[in-house]
Amino acid sequence: MESVNPILEFNKTCVSYTKQTMAVKYVSAAIDRNTITAIMGPSGCGKSTLLRAVNLMHNLYPNIRVDGEILLNGENILSMEPIDVRRRVGMVFQRPAPFPTMSIYDNVLSGYALNGIKLSKTEKDATVERCLKSVALWDEVKDVLNKKGTFLSGGQQQRLCIARALAMKPDVLLMDEPTSALDPIATAHIEELMQELQKEVTILIVTHNMGQAMRISSKSMFMYLGELVEYGDTATMFSNPTDERTKAYLTGKMG
Amino acid sequence: MTTSKTKNRLVKDKAMLWVVCLFAALTAVPLFAILGEVLFRGYDQLSWSFFTEPTPTAYKAMKAIEAGEPIPGGIANGIIGTMIMLGMAVVVAVPTGILCGAFLAENPKNRFAQIVSYLTDLLQGTPSVIIGIVTYIWVVVPMKGYSAIAGSVALFIMMLPLIIRSTEETLKILPQSLKEAGLALGGNRARVMLKVQLPAAFGGIFTGVLLAISRVIGETAPLMFTALGCSFIRFAIDKPISAVPLLIWEFFNDPNLQELIWGASLFLLLFVLTLNLTAKYLAKKWNQ
Amino acid sequence: MNDKLYRILLFAAALIMPIVCGGVVYALVTDAYEAFEHFGFFKFLTSSEWSYTEGAEQYGALPFITGTLMTTLLALIFCIPFSLPVALFVGEYFKDTKVAAVLSTVTDLLAGIPSIIYGLWGFYTLRPLIMALNISPQGSGVLTASLVLAIMIVPYAASLSAEFIKMVPNDLKEGAYSLGATRAEVIRKIVFPIAGSGIFSSYILAIGRALGETMTVTMLIGNTNNIPDSITSTGNSMASIIANQFGEASDLRFSSLIAIGLVLFLITAVINMIGKMMIKRARIS
Repeated sequence: MESVNPILEFNKTCVSYTKQTMAVKYVSAAIDRNTITAIMGPSGCGKSTLLRAVNLMHNLYPNIRVDGEILLNGENILSMEPIDVRRRVGMVFQRPAPFPTMSIYDNVLSGYALNGIKLSKTEKDATVERCLKSVALWDEVKDVLNKKGTFLSGGQQQRLCIARALAMKPDVLLMDEPTSALDPIATAHIEELMQELQKEVTILIVTHNMGQAMRISSKSMFMYLGELVEYGDTATMFSNPTDERTKAYLTGKMG
Repeated sequence: MTTSKTKNRLVKDKAMLWVVCLFAALTAVPLFAILGEVLFRGYDQLSWSFFTEPTPTAYKAMKAIEAGEPIPGGIANGIIGTMIMLGMAVVVAVPTGILCGAFLAENPKNRFAQIVSYLTDLLQGTPSVIIGIVTYIWVVVPMKGYSAIAGSVALFIMMLPLIIRSTEETLKILPQSLKEAGLALGGNRARVMLKVQLPAAFGGIFTGVLLAISRVIGETAPLMFTALGCSFIRFAIDKPISAVPLLIWEFFNDPNLQELIWGASLFLLLFVLTLNLTAKYLAKKWNQ
Repeated sequence: MNDKLYRILLFAAALIMPIVCGGVVYALVTDAYEAFEHFGFFKFLTSSEWSYTEGAEQYGALPFITGTLMTTLLALIFCIPFSLPVALFVGEYFKDTKVAAVLSTVTDLLAGIPSIIYGLWGFYTLRPLIMALNISPQGSGVLTASLVLAIMIVPYAASLSAEFIKMVPNDLKEGAYSLGATRAEVIRKIVFPIAGSGIFSSYILAIGRALGETMTVTMLIGNTNNIPDSITSTGNSMASIIANQFGEASDLRFSSLIAIGLVLFLITAVINMIGKMMIKRARIS
């Protein structure tokens, strides 16, 4: 896939847990700016592993190694400081997990607090309002900003976690099955939100829900056994997959 | 591109790791310092006679020191006293503790069981010196004298909560299906407890008993007021009797016998640590 | 054996706890009564006189209450810089690794060493060191006792704290890392606030241990019946005065010692109860 000015590029990216088992094998792909790209595939295909590698999450676990290149705006993040990379790459996890000891307000600003960045009161207020508005949570929580984030519903909690990631103004937002723990209504809410968000941030989302991929993404990747089998326009891939394995997966013949 | 702020944070991160490792390592120092000192000063006293002969009198020890000879005698009276008192305490504490622990495991919601559970915590947290004075009031005063019986009562009270807790906890983590399967096969509750649950819990309970023994075997304060001590080998349970920790205390206070401190301490320390390690090893093995 | 008999047997065995605990309280209260009656409850607790001159006997518990509080508090202060790193080492940095298991075994063994051997080590190794460093001329005293006491309670505080540090959900830690935090920042801003109440309660239980520790303190505190006027001076704790004088005491002095025992028993019971309650609450949340 050619891309004029990609924000993120995988170049023969490999992730291995031990010497023998490779979870992600030689993935090469370029991700366009301000798009939503869905990564699909049966469980265990390496889609989450690939996503987590972009945030250098593998650095937290001594046994995992990543080879090849992952370029963010042309720079290889694998040779950069993880704490710098992670500020530019936001991540939303499967289960919503706002920090239980912090208020809603502090949760949004937690990235700054964790990184030891001091903000003025006006900057803080502005950031909280901006981020909560971008996740469409502002109207619901503006009067209870000092309450703990854990009192919110699951969908609200997940939106709070998205706001927390957005507060750092990331270039890329990684979402690891962000709606799998939510009910259909909350899911629809988040999907709607993502459509809005792609104006300000490039989104890479792992999903096992084909409908979701079809609804929200412009490009899709299909991974199988660690390999990137197919990558292209979502509409084309769903209507006319080129690979037999993609076809089998999309028609439900593969777990 | 790494800014100086990032560098600063990374340095702090590294520093914290090193501080944690350093202080964690320092914590191990006392163990090896104590083991080393006791081993170094005590190993040449350990001989056959050290375990078979009773404590020498202060006069004999003084004579030996004057003559430049090693102090004669050993700690046989202490070892035998410890064994007698511990044996009596274990024989009573193990069945009582297991039954009481079984009661707690069988009736977790029962009000009385909750009180018993609370009292078990209370007794476990009670300083051993208080167990000592209470046993003195209970046993030594009415019997009009210090005795092995009094000493074993004190040890019994200290072991009891430990055995109750380990029994209760082991029984509680057994799969519920085990009990249900036993009951489904037509066993009544007593049978299921005796033939199914307790055998399955044997490992945990046995480990608990070993740990309880290792916890009380070095106790000194409660024995000072109950067993008192005795300078010769004695098997009578209604008379004052010695114990290894009591001997260490006596040696500590008697300038003529100070030489013997280290041999006795080495014996006690090795015994306790071996029991501890064995219990830990068995617990691990049985958990697999 | 039928079910009914079985239940009765278990119930009978469980009765031992109320009997023993009731007996402990009863024995302490009846034998402490004389001292409290003679001196007055509050007078006894606040008097610092301890003299057994016949005819002018005067007993007050204040020096020993002070001694106990001083040794315990100092031991706690000395214990934290070691137990917290051990807890982080075992529960966070090297969680579930071989080195962590080794360190846990080391602390378990430290917890297993009898207190009389700690006392010997303190007396023959630490005391000369304190004298050599010119910290105090006689070597023994509150400070020496507290230092050894600190080593003795490190294992209890560390293993419980580690348990709570281990329980901090990985979700939250990964969430914090994904925002660009370093490990030190995650520990300070995520792990500590979440595990905080559990860590705090483990120190309460460690205090409960230190309060009643007898032989170590008896061998190292210097055994003088005054209120320690500095941390290097000598004194006595509640446990050590009992250990020292119980064997030779009778009548009013005996009763006064039992009264001190009762006070010690109540203090430890309350501290342990608070600690256990906090632990339970921290485990649930």
